[in-house]
Amino acid sequence: MSPVLSGVLQFAALTAALGLSYRPLGDYMARVYSSDKHLRVEKWIYKAVGANPSTQMRWPAYLRGVLAFSAVSVLFLYLLQRLQGHLPGSLGFVSIPADQAFNTAASFVANTNWQSYSGEQAMGHVVQTGGLAVQNFVSASVGIAIAVALVRGFARSRTGELGNFWSDLVRGTVRILLPISVVGALVLVACGAIQNFAGIHEVGQFMGGSQQWNGGAVASQEAIKELGTNGGGYFNANSAHPFENPDGFSNLFEIFLILVIPFALTRTFGKMVGSVKQGYAILATMVTIWVGFTALMMWTEFAHHGPAFDLAGGAMEGKETRFGIGGTSIFAVASTLTSTGAVDGFHSSLTGFGGGITMLGMQLGEIAPGGTGSGLYGMLIMAIIAVFLAGLMVGRTPEYLGKKIGTREIKFAACYILITPALVLVFTAVAMAMPSTRDSMTNSGAHGFSEVLYAYTSGANNNGSAFAGLNANTPWFNTSIGLAMLLGRFLPMVFVLALAGSLAEQKPIPETAGTLRTNKPLFTGLLVGTILIVTGLTYFPALALGPLAEGLAS
Amino acid sequence: MNNSVSNTARLIGAGLRALLVLTVICGVLYPLAVTGIAQAALGGKANGSEVKSRGKVVGSELIGQRYDLPKKNPADPEEAARPDLHWFQPRPSNGLGSNKANGVNTQYDLIVSGATNLSGDNDKLIQQVKDAKAAVVRDNSTPTYKVDPSDVPAEAVTSSGSGLDPDISPAYAKLQIHRVAQVNGLPLATVEKLVADHTSGRILGFIGEPRVNVLKLNIALKEAVGK
Repeated sequence: MSPVLSGVLQFAALTAALGLSYRPLGDYMARVYSSDKHLRVEKWIYKAVGANPSTQMRWPAYLRGVLAFSAVSVLFLYLLQRLQGHLPGSLGFVSIPADQAFNTAASFVANTNWQSYSGEQAMGHVVQTGGLAVQNFVSASVGIAIAVALVRGFARSRTGELGNFWSDLVRGTVRILLPISVVGALVLVACGAIQNFAGIHEVGQFMGGSQQWNGGAVASQEAIKELGTNGGGYFNANSAHPFENPDGFSNLFEIFLILVIPFALTRTFGKMVGSVKQGYAILATMVTIWVGFTALMMWTEFAHHGPAFDLAGGAMEGKETRFGIGGTSIFAVASTLTSTGAVDGFHSSLTGFGGGITMLGMQLGEIAPGGTGSGLYGMLIMAIIAVFLAGLMVGRTPEYLGKKIGTREIKFAACYILITPALVLVFTAVAMAMPSTRDSMTNSGAHGFSEVLYAYTSGANNNGSAFAGLNANTPWFNTSIGLAMLLGRFLPMVFVLALAGSLAEQKPIPETAGTLRTNKPLFTGLLVGTILIVTGLTYFPALALGPLAEGLAS
Repeated sequence: MNNSVSNTARLIGAGLRALLVLTVICGVLYPLAVTGIAQAALGGKANGSEVKSRGKVVGSELIGQRYDLPKKNPADPEEAARPDLHWFQPRPSNGLGSNKANGVNTQYDLIVSGATNLSGDNDKLIQQVKDAKAAVVRDNSTPTYKVDPSDVPAEAVTSSGSGLDPDISPAYAKLQIHRVAQVNGLPLATVEKLVADHTSGRILGFIGEPRVNVLKLNIALKEAVGK
């Protein structure tokens, strides 16, 4: 079997597995966020928190809950790292310097998992398992909560109530993320991922002497790292490390974990707004982009343009033998079209166009299918823009799911769209103007610029993957990328919740002959076009200086 | 004003309590439960898939090793490694770091996984590939067998993502059999059979790539040589 055919078959098998889990998981999640029963363990948690899970919150109250919880999380994670050197169970690793600790805390709370440290040589059990892995759960759960709040905004009328943040946070963690992670972690161990608390220990070598390993709770962190679209690796090499991702099957399984919740949430959305066909239209948009990007990535990586790859006879630099070109291409696209940022091969050593595809995936706003929750709300904002554009074309007041898209709604949506590109482009421009930036680059020329553009794209879009040639562990990069991650995560949430509140207050308008059918293929086409045009116009000049220049030169 | 301050304090308090409770569940109970089940049911794998040769642990089947000759001057960190041609050679690992070299937490000498992160048009990478290709051709050509540069597979001259790739492609293993047979004084057919026995195909016929685990192959080779 040729490697290309194997890559295509792996993609087909992945699609089939996602298809099989789509309805059961989507329906289950809709029940989780609609039911008014509380599990016993959840009641204990609410008691400990001191919150009444049945209180309905309007958008400002919901937002305050999100911000309070996230602020406490950043502070807690920061202190945990700053005190690492004094905490038991830290394997003798020293405390993390202030700028790097801020960067890492912001990164994990913002569901980004950008890492300016090397996992195995910086973080002990306490920070990895008790700090970072916990944020992998709760930051993902916060993302889903925001998406569900927006969906409730569409589904509810003549009320401003969007649900209860504490209840959504706890249910997402306890009923969705935890059970799937337990199963996922055990599957990964069965493939060979390690799961122990051995710490640093010596193992003999074939040629004599010994090597030092850093053992830890790797499989349990790996499962939620993918499932929660987080991406922060236990080891420096992330999912390319054999202890995180031991074979071809674990590789495909990890890609499945990355994509399963974001895709299934479109079903949850359809269920909750009372028309699964609306969910299918959103799903079709995501799938179109995902399939297109994967095909392009496979094409460019198998064609391996670039002087070094031509010489070698294939683009295997930065890729593992057991995954090959096909498995690595599917992983890279899944990771950058969601907010994951995990890597099973190093993006800096992809072909020029391949690197551009990973960057463009993030710049679309990570909506195909996007991060847990953030993908759905990002895509729904795009749907609002598409409906608005269609309305302008025919001269009608735009409406979506029975709600009028008026001035207020479109303002919120426009602000959402503008935040991330502003962060990416402004920070990149400032960084490029600083003389010290050149010292951080591994490659020069167009690829050097790409390293910096990639860093801020990844940070502001909460992806976390890197053109890791960039040495980002400097006070400037730690601080500026840290800020980009926090602003890129929480400012958009403000507008999403404000929009949700505004939609929930409206009374529904009846569908007429003039209403745009948003559950039809025509709308999917319009939506794909809108996404590509909005993103393309924003980022084309920057991409032309980096990956396009590199790709066209080779 | 006073009211909003106390409201904020209450909210922060709730956030902190929620974080602590969820830390106990997701950061303590969850990893412990998974570790417990994994250790009980899949202990060997959960502890790193160690492999033994003649009763001694010689590494993990998942973690690639170097098979180099001892350094002429062990104190010289700059001295280039020379492959021990008795053994099957793995892929290059030019991005692999070490805890000591990176200067963090110097009490350990950990292997720090890593890639070169060099781009396809980088002169350094072009040179690395050139050098690696020349070395593969030189090392594996014997008086009776000349390696054709176009037969050298891509992964033999490039570094992996982790720097710890335990595998090589069957093509690279086949390319090495003539040299391995000659250096060890073994019949070619014996070495050919060793490679065939240690070649694993795609999982279920289509997942991943065919590969040869270098450590397990070398352990079997050591048995065959009998030294």
